Amino acid sequence: MGAGKAAGERRLHPVTPFRRAWAPVAVLTGWAMHDPNQAQEQLTRLTTTMALGGLAGLVTAGALYGFLTWWFTYFAVTDSELRIRTGLLFRRTAHIRLERIQAVDVTQPLLARVAGVAKLRIDVVGTEKKDELAFLGQGEARRLRAELLARAAGFAPETAHEVGEAPAHELMRVPPNKLAVSIMLTGATWGSLAAALVAPPFLWLATHSVWTVLATAVPLLGAAATTSVGRFVGEYDWTVGESPDGLRIDHGLLDRTHETVPPGRVQTVRIVEPLLWRPLRWVRVELDVAGSANSVLVPVAPRAVAESVVARVLPGVTVPGELLRPPGRARWCVPLWWRGYGLAVTDAVFAARHGLLRRRLALVPHAKVQSVRLTQGPWGRLWRLAAVHVDTGADKTVTARLRDAEEAAALLREQAERSRTGRRTARPDRWMA
Amino acid sequence: METGSPAGAGTMGTEPAWTGLPPGLLRMRRLLLVVWLGLAALAVGLLLSLLAGPVWAAFALLPLAALAWGWVLLGRNWRSWRYAERADDLLITRGVLWRQETVVPYGRMQLVEVTSGPVERHFGLASVQLHTAAAATDATIPGLDPAEAERLRDRLTELGEARSAGL
Repeated sequence: MGAGKAAGERRLHPVTPFRRAWAPVAVLTGWAMHDPNQAQEQLTRLTTTMALGGLAGLVTAGALYGFLTWWFTYFAVTDSELRIRTGLLFRRTAHIRLERIQAVDVTQPLLARVAGVAKLRIDVVGTEKKDELAFLGQGEARRLRAELLARAAGFAPETAHEVGEAPAHELMRVPPNKLAVSIMLTGATWGSLAAALVAPPFLWLATHSVWTVLATAVPLLGAAATTSVGRFVGEYDWTVGESPDGLRIDHGLLDRTHETVPPGRVQTVRIVEPLLWRPLRWVRVELDVAGSANSVLVPVAPRAVAESVVARVLPGVTVPGELLRPPGRARWCVPLWWRGYGLAVTDAVFAARHGLLRRRLALVPHAKVQSVRLTQGPWGRLWRLAAVHVDTGADKTVTARLRDAEEAAALLREQAERSRTGRRTARPDRWMA
Repeated sequence: METGSPAGAGTMGTEPAWTGLPPGLLRMRRLLLVVWLGLAALAVGLLLSLLAGPVWAAFALLPLAALAWGWVLLGRNWRSWRYAERADDLLITRGVLWRQETVVPYGRMQLVEVTSGPVERHFGLASVQLHTAAAATDATIPGLDPAEAERLRDRLTELGEARSAGL
């Protein structure tokens, strides 16, 4: 086949084929759920032996497919790259450059925890779902992560796998009761629950059709469960740590996720204050890393703790307390909500706030700004107001709206200058070099 | 009446040296406008006069009015486009009602693209588009002379390499 094992290449954990074995069964179940009448009809025509034989055949085919994909998937760590070679018919080789690593995630779904295996995913701009290494042995995943990070950090290749895991130091941990209270104080939780309880009876009165009611009630109940229980399970035991390899975020009750974000990879940090959390002075902190799926840094924490975490994530940054408000005439552009807008520019960050009930303050370090834009519509021109947009590498744009036109023009020039010079003090991509 | 040439833009204090777009783009857009709306007017006029009577053919004035309106709008829009190459960044401003000004530091440029469609090629025009790591960066300069587009591309690439920085 010409797909032999080259030097230094390794295979994934032998448990991997089993994760594909159940796929045909799932497809069949999905079809039966989707079209129950026809499924019933087809089932009656089958004898028990035929059904069992068919099922066994499908499972075998699935297992064989799983086995073959596992057999033909190799990965290797070279001095500067992680190479993943895969594919039986359609070959695919991915070379991931280590100095471009934005984050490394080790995730363990519940079943993988039982089997003692883990997935390792490397976030680089442009990586896809299939670029993750699933599955590796638990210990192997940790060792590989440590080695990848050591190499990415710039340790010499010979010593990279002896460096071992960098010691982590815990910055904060979210207690379960606080997480539960914070979810209870979120509008979305109650909104989705109310929708799930109110909509089905209404539909029943209107249509008297069991299927319609079920088709609405099930997704609504599912949504209600994900916004409450799902969030609690996912964000359970949220721990943020700091190590020389960067930020470590561990969380999950059933599925455990361990994320490592090397220094200098955070593009934007957002501090979110939902209305009901404000009397308690709690906040939620979100972050953007290019190519990474996770966007939560701290699900809930007192403001002071959150600010201290932000200071560690973005070195040299203090969250600005006082923001410049838009001029009073902005009320004619955005009635009421104009009070929610605010802007602060410090030596290190561009910070813009919006939202009246749910306040969101976004911080962008000057070094992460890709381009700066000023926009002004006809209505804004009338009231001499303009917006300044700051684009970051994580495909997120932070906007300071409703600024005085002259101030915005000056801000545009200054921000371009600051984002250019902000790079000089930034750390190199290989942070230990 | 229209000053779109580099000679029309001077350096005044800290104000950058703005360059407008060459008149070729305006000519192309106006020609396309006249062709399409002229045809529309003709079609409306003929169809209505044949099917509903000559009075109804007055509706053909609508596309003609749109033509006149578009003629003016295109001119204003064309005049609003300007760009300036500064020592460390590129400035692009555009728009009349919805004004937009973009600043892209050379070091953040990931890719510079020169594109030219069939119609543009016929009129001897090319566009330069800049890409950074942020998809929201909207930095396109349309309707340039191909030689100027290539010069700009080479200069931007060169400057980008000298000041390059990652994400």
